[in-house]
Amino acid sequence: MDFEGIILTYWPKFLEGTLVTLQLTFFGVTIAALLSPPLAMLRLKGPRAVQIPLRIYVSFVRGTPMLAQLFLIYYGSGQFRPLLQEVGLWGFFREPYNCALLTFALNSTAYQIEIIRGGLMGVPHGEIEAADGIGMSTWTKYRRVILPHTYRIAWPALGNEIILLMKASALASVVTVFDLMGQTRLIFSKTFDLSAYAWAALIYLIITTVFVTLWRISERTISPQIFASKRKDRAVIAGMRG
Amino acid sequence: MLELFSFGEKGWGDELAFGLLVTIQLAFASLPVGLALGFAAAGASLSSLLPFRLLGRAYTTIMRGMPEILTLFVVYNGIGILLNILAAWWDPEGGSIEFSPFLAGVIALGLVFGAFAGEVLRGAFQALDKGQVEAALAVGMSGTQVFFRVKVPQVWRFALPGLGNLWINLLKDTALVSIIALDDLMRMTKVAVGYTKLPFDFYLVTCLIYWLMSIGSEVVLARMEKHANRGVKRS
Repeated sequence: MDFEGIILTYWPKFLEGTLVTLQLTFFGVTIAALLSPPLAMLRLKGPRAVQIPLRIYVSFVRGTPMLAQLFLIYYGSGQFRPLLQEVGLWGFFREPYNCALLTFALNSTAYQIEIIRGGLMGVPHGEIEAADGIGMSTWTKYRRVILPHTYRIAWPALGNEIILLMKASALASVVTVFDLMGQTRLIFSKTFDLSAYAWAALIYLIITTVFVTLWRISERTISPQIFASKRKDRAVIAGMRG
Repeated sequence: MLELFSFGEKGWGDELAFGLLVTIQLAFASLPVGLALGFAAAGASLSSLLPFRLLGRAYTTIMRGMPEILTLFVVYNGIGILLNILAAWWDPEGGSIEFSPFLAGVIALGLVFGAFAGEVLRGAFQALDKGQVEAALAVGMSGTQVFFRVKVPQVWRFALPGLGNLWINLLKDTALVSIIALDDLMRMTKVAVGYTKLPFDFYLVTCLIYWLMSIGSEVVLARMEKHANRGVKRS
């Protein structure tokens, strides 16, 4: 075990892998974040013909291993090669990176639909009635009342989901994507030194810790009233003491 | 099409069923390991002794922050290397020994389950109503009686939804052991794909099998929750 030697020799590889991991997570989460709000609204208020397929989609994604989903897309697309070549999509599915990203985006979309749905259902009915009462149009109502409150409710759960996806993105290494996990496996196969895994674990932990901290700060920015009242409480308590 | 999944010489039904059996065995073998680790972690996190608290915190934090597949490789390769060092020391001419992927799977999945279960159980123990424990002591119950008759039924009730989710995650995470060459459902599917060149059909069927197991688990868990909450009034 040469803990220092591994990082001194292989730090460019670890860095490269970390960037790929962050990239996969960022794109996956962003695509899902764009798709999930309209889908969550459809899941709640859409016609039954739309609600039922959405429920099946969410249940399927949540009920099957991500590895199986990844193989279904990456290896499964090979079965339709002539068709995909005809429509010009084969170039997309041939790349393991694209298949991994597609899997992560589809996966995260399903989870985010459920999170946003929970947020939408958590908005107090009185707020919606008040918005109707002062004559807001549906669009204004969503933009100024429902969605801001939805995101305040959903924010912590969304943070958890992003961390889960970041961890799950290590699966990309199974289809030869050289993310942090992929690079680590490569380094281990060259050196048979367990420190490679220790460094990978450390880097994953650092990413998680930094992200959790940043997410808390962002939560404070989007729901200042919650933290403001806590500050006030603390000031009151301090006042009583002193 | 159906012939492909039939049992016997022509179809892959029996191979897939064998893999499914390994998957189920792995999940049920990891569950008690994970639950035991979870109770230990919850106990350590709630201990009045600082070293135990730190140990509990470190275990749950590190394990929950690592990708499951990384944990699996650490356990599989790590214990493998350790075993070989021990074997070489014991008998220098013995040659290398192979560490069982099944056992590695049980340890790794148990470790992951235990870390998450530790947090769930800690929350459940903290949610206990102190008044009930005091009442039980006041009517003269012993410490053991309080634990088994007052605490455990309630902790079970509080923790069941969380543990149920973890069980479904465990079931899905078993698919990872196919990477370290254990012949579970996922790996048998890969073998079948190699022969038939029908990756989409086979992976879809495998997904459906996992899906059915998850839905089945949800149904059973909902019943267990109903049973655990039978004495609770709903507002």
